[in-house]
Amino acid sequence: MRRLWLGIRPLAESLLAGVIGLGGGALIMWAWGYNPWPAYRVLFQESFGNAYGLASALANATPLILTALAFAIGARAGLFIIGAEGMMYMGAMAAVATSLLRLPSGLHPLLSLVLAALAGILWGLVPALLRALRGVHEVISTIMFNWLSHFLAFYLVANVLVDPVRAEKTVSVARTARLPLLVRGTDLSLGIVVAAGCALLAYLWLWHTVSGYEVRAAGANPEAARYAGVSPRTTVLLVFALAGAFGGLAGAVETMGRPPTYAVYSGLTNIAGFGFDGIGVAMIGRNHPLGIIPAAVFYGGLQAGARLMQMWAKVPFEMVRAVQGVIVLALALPELLRIFRRLRRARRTS
Amino acid sequence: MNWAYFWSLLSISLHAMVPITLTAVGEVIGESAGLFNIGLEGILLLSAFTGTLGARAGGPLFGLFVGLITGLGVGFVFGLICAYWKGNQLIAGVGINLFALGFVAFGLQVLGSPGFYTVPRAVQLPPIRTPVGAFSPLIPVALVLPFFVHGLLGHTRVGLRIKAVGENPEAADVAGVPVELVQLLSTMAGAALAGLAGAYMSVSWLGSVTKEISAGRGFIALATVVFSGLRPLLALAGGLLFGFFESLATWIQSLPGVKEVVPWQFIAMIPYVATLLVVTGLIGRVRFPKALGVPYRRE
Repeated sequence: MRRLWLGIRPLAESLLAGVIGLGGGALIMWAWGYNPWPAYRVLFQESFGNAYGLASALANATPLILTALAFAIGARAGLFIIGAEGMMYMGAMAAVATSLLRLPSGLHPLLSLVLAALAGILWGLVPALLRALRGVHEVISTIMFNWLSHFLAFYLVANVLVDPVRAEKTVSVARTARLPLLVRGTDLSLGIVVAAGCALLAYLWLWHTVSGYEVRAAGANPEAARYAGVSPRTTVLLVFALAGAFGGLAGAVETMGRPPTYAVYSGLTNIAGFGFDGIGVAMIGRNHPLGIIPAAVFYGGLQAGARLMQMWAKVPFEMVRAVQGVIVLALALPELLRIFRRLRRARRTS
Repeated sequence: MNWAYFWSLLSISLHAMVPITLTAVGEVIGESAGLFNIGLEGILLLSAFTGTLGARAGGPLFGLFVGLITGLGVGFVFGLICAYWKGNQLIAGVGINLFALGFVAFGLQVLGSPGFYTVPRAVQLPPIRTPVGAFSPLIPVALVLPFFVHGLLGHTRVGLRIKAVGENPEAADVAGVPVELVQLLSTMAGAALAGLAGAYMSVSWLGSVTKEISAGRGFIALATVVFSGLRPLLALAGGLLFGFFESLATWIQSLPGVKEVVPWQFIAMIPYVATLLVVTGLIGRVRFPKALGVPYRRE
């Protein structure tokens, strides 16, 4: 019974946090003079109520699974890596750049994915070394690298990878390098398989290999892990490399698998934010690779529904990111359920 | 060297110093009590937006006040979650940042201007005019405040209690100091200063709000706190230093002939590279409170 509860508790907490978040969103809409009820009805009908909405939810979930993995792997090792945003930009740039090559269609996407992962790893290298050798806190270093990557990507989009015909975007990913669509007429591409595969590999590595066990041990109790012979430096470098690879892949699957343009727009408008959203998704999925997949589909669905909510109920779709912020605030509480129980008891006694 | 260039460099430096100094000095108070708030970036963004609304409703001073109150409110939520309910401080900070990103983008859209809103000149804080240029009245505030906080933390009973709570909460608790309350009030004071800094950016300095108005300044302020080793006067020095790097980026771009040689995107990287270098060079030489970032639980 207790074992069952241990398994269900994180799920219950995430659900409760989700309800609190949606409640917070309703409060914001109400405060600004919108009626939250029809807005939410449109949102959920359009995201999970039909096949097209579901395909959009999965398409939106694709990069989020990967950026969430980048955060979760770090969190399991006790690192707070919030640099997936920058790693993702670099991965997207690498994926676009690789498509300038002429390669056969079987090999081309594979090479793009590998180079994007390498670009992400490279982008995480300096913060990793700063942390491992100098003890610089990764929160500060990875945020600074996000901004460096923001400006570098701005430069690359406008000056190097720019489309000679349409200056507002980069060249489109070559046809041979695109990830094929799984469902015709939707945005859902093979990228979802890549992302879910990465989540599965991350799970197998963390829970079924020695090095994965060591990383989790280092996160749970750094002192004990060090006495047991786990090198903190190796852990930091390894975890940053994996986070970088996942972050880079997130940018790649988004540009290689998102019709119709298969490109990055100037100002990075079509890719900005996936890295930060991934942090929230990782939290909702309780930093568990297999929990991240449903969490990403949930949040991807909110995004998909929110775009239609904006059209029909006129509520700006950015509202969902505020909802996510409230969800994460609720999940910061270690004993969310217990606090609720205590509040209920206090009411009963008064 | 042309004097006009010098004065413009000085003016931008001083203006860029204000938000970083106010935020960093505020965070020095919060971290002295043991709470590490990485949601400062979100507070800057939120209060830049709410400060604008306040200024529209009741003039520039009311705008600054609304920004301060916004910070205070976010600080209350953060303190409640982290001091009383022993929540994870990093996660709560990320929650604040995500919420601010969504809320401000949403609010700007509601105002009818996706991603950008110009504060009407009539409700911007009027600058102090001098022979060498116009300066925001908050520059002297940011220059004096660190001395006040220095006195508060170093030479009063209140300051002693704040530091006791951050250093050794068990001992403070035994001595009768209300640990959670001190943590809550300290982090609220810090967040309120970040709120003032945010409103300053929109209502006084830049005269507009964008989704990217905070531009990493909350995190640069965190780096300034690392630089200062929790000493408010060094936080002021750090604010001046980072303000200078920021102005350097703006200033170099205004020089004739530079834009043709170096793309602006690379010049814009200067403050972030400088932050990394300063933090890397100084780390290990500063000492932080023992209980920083660790929730206090009674045995």
